[in-house]
Formats: sequence, C-alpha cells, structure tokens
Amino acid sequence: MTDSALFVVRAGALTTVQDRGRPGHAHLGVPHSGALDGPAAALANRLVGNPPGAAVLETTVNGCAVRPRSTVTVAVTGAPCAVRVDGRPAAWGAPVSVPAGAVLEVGTVIRGVRSYLAVRGGIAVEQVLGSRSTDLLSGLGPPPLADGQVLPLGDPHGHYARVDVAPQPAPPEELVLRVTPGPRDDWFTPDAVRTFTSRAYRVSPSSNRIGLRTEGPALERSRPGELPSEGMVLGAVQVPPDGRPVVFLADHPTTGGYPVIAVVHRADLPATAQAAPGTPVRFVTVRRR
Amino acid sequence: MKALPVGDNALLVEVSSGEEAQALHAELLRRRAEGALSVREIVPAARTVLLDGLDDPARLASELTASEVPPAPPRTGAAVEIPVRYDGPDLADVAALWDVDEREAVRIHADTEFTVAFCGFAPGFGYLTGLPPRYDVPRRATPRTAVPAGSVALAGPYTGVYPRSSPGGWQLIGRTDVVLWDHARAPAALLSPGTRVRFVPVGHS
Repeated sequence: MTDSALFVVRAGALTTVQDRGRPGHAHLGVPHSGALDGPAAALANRLVGNPPGAAVLETTVNGCAVRPRSTVTVAVTGAPCAVRVDGRPAAWGAPVSVPAGAVLEVGTVIRGVRSYLAVRGGIAVEQVLGSRSTDLLSGLGPPPLADGQVLPLGDPHGHYARVDVAPQPAPPEELVLRVTPGPRDDWFTPDAVRTFTSRAYRVSPSSNRIGLRTEGPALERSRPGELPSEGMVLGAVQVPPDGRPVVFLADHPTTGGYPVIAVVHRADLPATAQAAPGTPVRFVTVRRR
Repeated sequence: MKALPVGDNALLVEVSSGEEAQALHAELLRRRAEGALSVREIVPAARTVLLDGLDDPARLASELTASEVPPAPPRTGAAVEIPVRYDGPDLADVAALWDVDEREAVRIHADTEFTVAFCGFAPGFGYLTGLPPRYDVPRRATPRTAVPAGSVALAGPYTGVYPRSSPGGWQLIGRTDVVLWDHARAPAALLSPGTRVRFVPVGHS
C-alpha cells in the first residue's frame, strides 16, 4: 500500500467500486456482482496499464469528481462524457495525467448511463470474498461512494500492455438482445412467447444493477401456482407477476421463484449497462448452438 | 430427472423431490472434487440443481439423464448447534397451526435434525429441511418490514435464520446470537448446502 489515495469531492448519483466480481459463491446466496459494462471497465484498466481485473469506479448518469493526493494516470471509458482536470477539458477514452491536488471531474453522460474511471494502481479498498465490488443486492463490498470519502489506491504493478486510444461501441439507440428460450418458457402461453420476441419493450426507469426492467406488453402465464425457488444465471429473463420481463444483471439474486422465459446472450449484456430509460428493447430468439 | 438448458453455458437439472435434489447436489460435488466435472457454480435449490459455467452443457445433460443418482451418503461428524431463545412473536400461531401448545412446539422443533437444503435470499441464509410435511406453515399474511438479525423462522417446509435485519414474511419462533455470516471469517457462511443443524433451546437472557 502506498500513501496514494483519491479524495471524493463529488460522489455523484450512484458511484460504486467494481472489478470482475465474486464468482463461485452463488450456492451461499452471494451474487456475482462486478462491473455491468465489463469491456468498458477492462478497457479503462488497459488505458492506464492496470491488469484487467483491477477495481475501477462505475458512475451512474452524472459522473463524479475526485482529487488525487499524488499525481496519477487515469482513464474514463463507457458512457461518453466531458472529462475535466481543474476545469480544463481532458480526453475521454484515453490516458490522462492528473497532477497531485487537481480535481478530476467526470461529467454527466452525453449518452449511455455508466462511465468507468480507472486509476493507475487500481482502487485498493478491502476485498470481500476475493472482490472489491459493491454488491447493491446483498450489501457486500464497500458502500457506494460518499462526498468527502478517501479511497486508497494500489501500487502500480506489472507491465501490462498499455494502449493510448481504443474504439468503443456507442451506447445503444435500440437494445437488441439475443435470447435462448427456456428453461421455463413452457410456463407461458404460446401467445406470450410470440409477444416476447416480436413486440417492442422499453427500458424502465426502475432498472438498476440487479436487473434491467422493461415496460411493454405483459406476458401471460399458461399455468397458475408458484415455481419452487431455483438457481438463476446472469442474463436470465425473469417474468414477475406483472408480466414485464426483467433481465438479471450482475447483482441479481442467486435463486428465484418467478419463471425464466429465456436467457440473454452473454455478449449482449454489456450494452444493457448503457441503455438509458426509454431505450427500445427487442428480444430476438437465437437457436441453441 | 430432467436437464433443461439455460442459455449456452448452464444446465438446470430438475428432480422430483428435495431429497433427490440434495442427493444430486452431493453427487455433483463429488464429481467436481475428483476432477470429473468442470463448472463455475453448483447451486442447489428446492427441486433443482443449477450448473453454471459449463463448456458443454448438452453432453453433461445426456450423461446425467442416462445415469442414476446414488442416494446421498450418510453425513458424518457433528451437526452445527444453534442456541435459540424460543420466544418469537409467532410461536403461539405456529403452535396453534400444529395443534399443540407452545412448549410442545419448541420440543418438536428442537428435537428435529435439520439439513441445509440450499441457500439464497441473502448471503448466509439457509433453507433448512427436516420437519415432517404436517408441520408446514404458511407465510404471514402481511410481511414484516424489519425482521431482526438472528430470528429463527418458519415458512412452508423450511426453517431459516435471518443473517441480518431485513423485511420478511416468515413466522418468527425464536432468536439466536450466533453469527450466520461474517465475511472476515473463513468460511464466511456458518451454513452451506448439506450442513446438518440442530437448534438448542436456551433460557431467556
């Protein structure tokens, strides 16, 4: 541990520490957690020369502002936003040097939802079950950032290939999610299964790190009763009694009792992190490989 | 036994009873321990075991459905003992549902050896089975907004202990001071699937 640290000048609406999460504990009721837009977090780390699993900050809509105690290299990726150092414009999606005591401002998103701030050395809060991620469902890991807090930074280590600039996908205008049907598609009427993959949904404002909630036509069940609790995977599309599909994201519960009509393709999940409320959503069936 | 594909890398294996799910879970853990099964998560639940992070779910599905699950091996070693003050606000209701007095309800619960069937809801929350089906109880009609940590509670066929204060609709029959979850401890969870548990009545403190 060095004495380098970040002072949180402005925490923002919801800024959390995230890495690649804590897999392997689902049988104890511990969610996977980790950065919602994994590729953006990994890219931010590459831009500053960190290993891909170093902990970064994940902001929500209105960014955050931090002041490093010593001069550090940082990079902001994910949702595009203005980046400023002591008020002067700096690059988004590229390494930026922030002098000791200067204020780094990650601005409100221009599009998308979540920006990622990596700092050379990584955010060095205490690990819980091998991860520094904040898990908003179960409360594991550090609480969301608060104004005035100090975050320790790790020692820069390793010689990881550093890139200067890298292409990033734009936040989606429309979210097209490829799904594999099941395991509980037989709990829905044939009409509901057709509706699910043919009608348009929209991202609901009540979406969060636990699930991408949708607004749109309700899906009708073909049978009454309750499903006994069963294990849930990342990307599971669970349908609660209101009939609106919910896509399970990183902080999802490990077991659940509402039927899962389909599972979203793993490669399509990072885009869900950047889909603002109101974004159209289409679920498209792909056959099992 | 049915093996339902879940996305491209997971399998939900469904059996017809909780006992079978526990036996299947034990068998899958045994296979993983001897290196015959490569999987990221093995998540048992009420009637299923989820296998997540598989390279070839279809192959495992045909292997599993072609084989018999051996009954779970008898558990050896001591059960985890959880001291309980049986003074929960719903003890009288539970006793009435069981058609016994409170003292007898406590005796029935404390004389039962439980097994953690599965975990979920919160880190360290185990769904414990062991009571005969005639002692199943419904959830409270109105859930409580805050159930204190350490509450020992019943719902359906299950007994559970709340690892931390949270909302809940289970019938509260007692309290314990035992810490169910402490991430600074190894292992963090006192109860994990397969753990045997006994509740030991203690007097009011």
